[in-house]
Amino acid sequence: MTASAPRLAGTALLALAAALALCACEREMRRFESPPDNRSSARPETPRTSTLQPAEARSDPVRLPAGNGEGYEGNAYNVAQGKRLYRWYNCGGCHAQGGGGMGPALIDDQWRYGSEPAQIFNTIMQGRPNGMPSFGGHLSEDQVWQITAYVRSMSGQLRKDVAPGRADSLQASEPEAARDREPPKPGAK
Amino acid sequence: MDALHDVLAPFGPQAGHVRELWLLTLAVCTVVFAAVLAALLIALLRAPRAGSVSPPDLSALGRPEPGKRRSVIAAVAASTLLLLALIAASIFTDRALARLSTEGALRLEVTAHQWWWEVRYVEPQVADSFVTANEIHVPTGRPVIVTLKADDVIHSFWVPSLAGKKDLLPGRTTTMNFRADRDGVYRGQCAEFCGSQHALMAFFVVADPPERYAAWAAAQRRTAAEPAGDQPLRGREIFMRSSCAMCHAIDGTTAQAMRGPNLTHVASRGTLAAGALANTPEELKRWIADPQQIKPGTYMPATQLPPEEMDALVGYLQTLR
Repeated sequence: MTASAPRLAGTALLALAAALALCACEREMRRFESPPDNRSSARPETPRTSTLQPAEARSDPVRLPAGNGEGYEGNAYNVAQGKRLYRWYNCGGCHAQGGGGMGPALIDDQWRYGSEPAQIFNTIMQGRPNGMPSFGGHLSEDQVWQITAYVRSMSGQLRKDVAPGRADSLQASEPEAARDREPPKPGAK
Repeated sequence: MDALHDVLAPFGPQAGHVRELWLLTLAVCTVVFAAVLAALLIALLRAPRAGSVSPPDLSALGRPEPGKRRSVIAAVAASTLLLLALIAASIFTDRALARLSTEGALRLEVTAHQWWWEVRYVEPQVADSFVTANEIHVPTGRPVIVTLKADDVIHSFWVPSLAGKKDLLPGRTTTMNFRADRDGVYRGQCAEFCGSQHALMAFFVVADPPERYAAWAAAQRRTAAEPAGDQPLRGREIFMRSSCAMCHAIDGTTAQAMRGPNLTHVASRGTLAAGALANTPEELKRWIADPQQIKPGTYMPATQLPPEEMDALVGYLQTLR
């Protein structure tokens, strides 16, 4: 051991700083190419459960999800896009900023149709009885996954460094990144 | 679209005044730059030099510079006066622009989005107002008052041949005005970095003689005509049933979303995607099938359709004149 203590400390500090700088790389990765087209792969289909649809209604079945939101849940860019789309497509018209209104709350621990990403994806694609429109075919699957990831961030299901820390528009509730994780309970009162 | 995009070729009073101010500034700065370089050259030539026998002694302590006080006073006074002159010229330019008549002005409301321009024509009769995108038609010789808004980040509205830049700020409304004195097509460009597709955020100002403008505006106010023929009808059905209707509006149909450009008269515009593409059926197909290849990062998702459905959809969009 010839290295002096300060030099060792300096090297360690440098390594630590490099590790800290690198750990944020993945979470902000933006995807500038088109999302993978899994249209070609055959997947099981399921009938829609709602005739409510934007513009003109479709009657064709929707496909069940491939995977469980991998690549979306851990990526801050996709979650931020989901937050933008939540506003764009007026999800807040029924769910408000997550507190619920005509539609159920999204920031609590109650999940009528399951809290897994694939289950939320299905809810958005198929629609649900009593008001949730069916968006399958009206939104790209990529966008539905982004909204799914954001919806899960609303009740603190995502990592803190992935959930949005700020809003593009007025938001009365605390930022998603600051919310405590609500342990998912099935069913709602 | 062939369009003028030239700061030094003004076609309206605003751009003309700005050009005059710019020429004056250029002249003053050129003279000052030349004077400074001349002073430097004189100083270099006059600098004491070591001869072949005398030892090099370059210290100026024993030989104070003659007339030092005079040169400094002259330089400071000249700079101050020239700067004051430029400030005065700038103020007079500003005043001249403010004095331009806005009587009988056309009123527009331009909202910048990442990465396209929404243009609303605000008429005294609300029913006469209409919305278009990325292409602004104005009558020649009539002042135009533009209200500027932004939807997401700061953008900047800039038509170099007609007027100076003006920023569009989220949550804050600004105004500017311009007048096009000669008919023609003038290119505009977002002049404030606004994200990944800032460079592909162009727009066009088309100045028409008043009667041609009136005809254009009357056409824009009409809702979309009922498509004639099976293919356009099928195309409209595809538009309403797929993701198009989530973001775009076509007046006179059930598509009423405001997130993307209004497509009621999309076929009458010269370009697609804010000046990124020429408005031809082939380019439109390419744009719908994969916008990310053309404008990476744009918020329009890729829409994969079987070829016959894509043909029908584009056939329908071509009828929206």
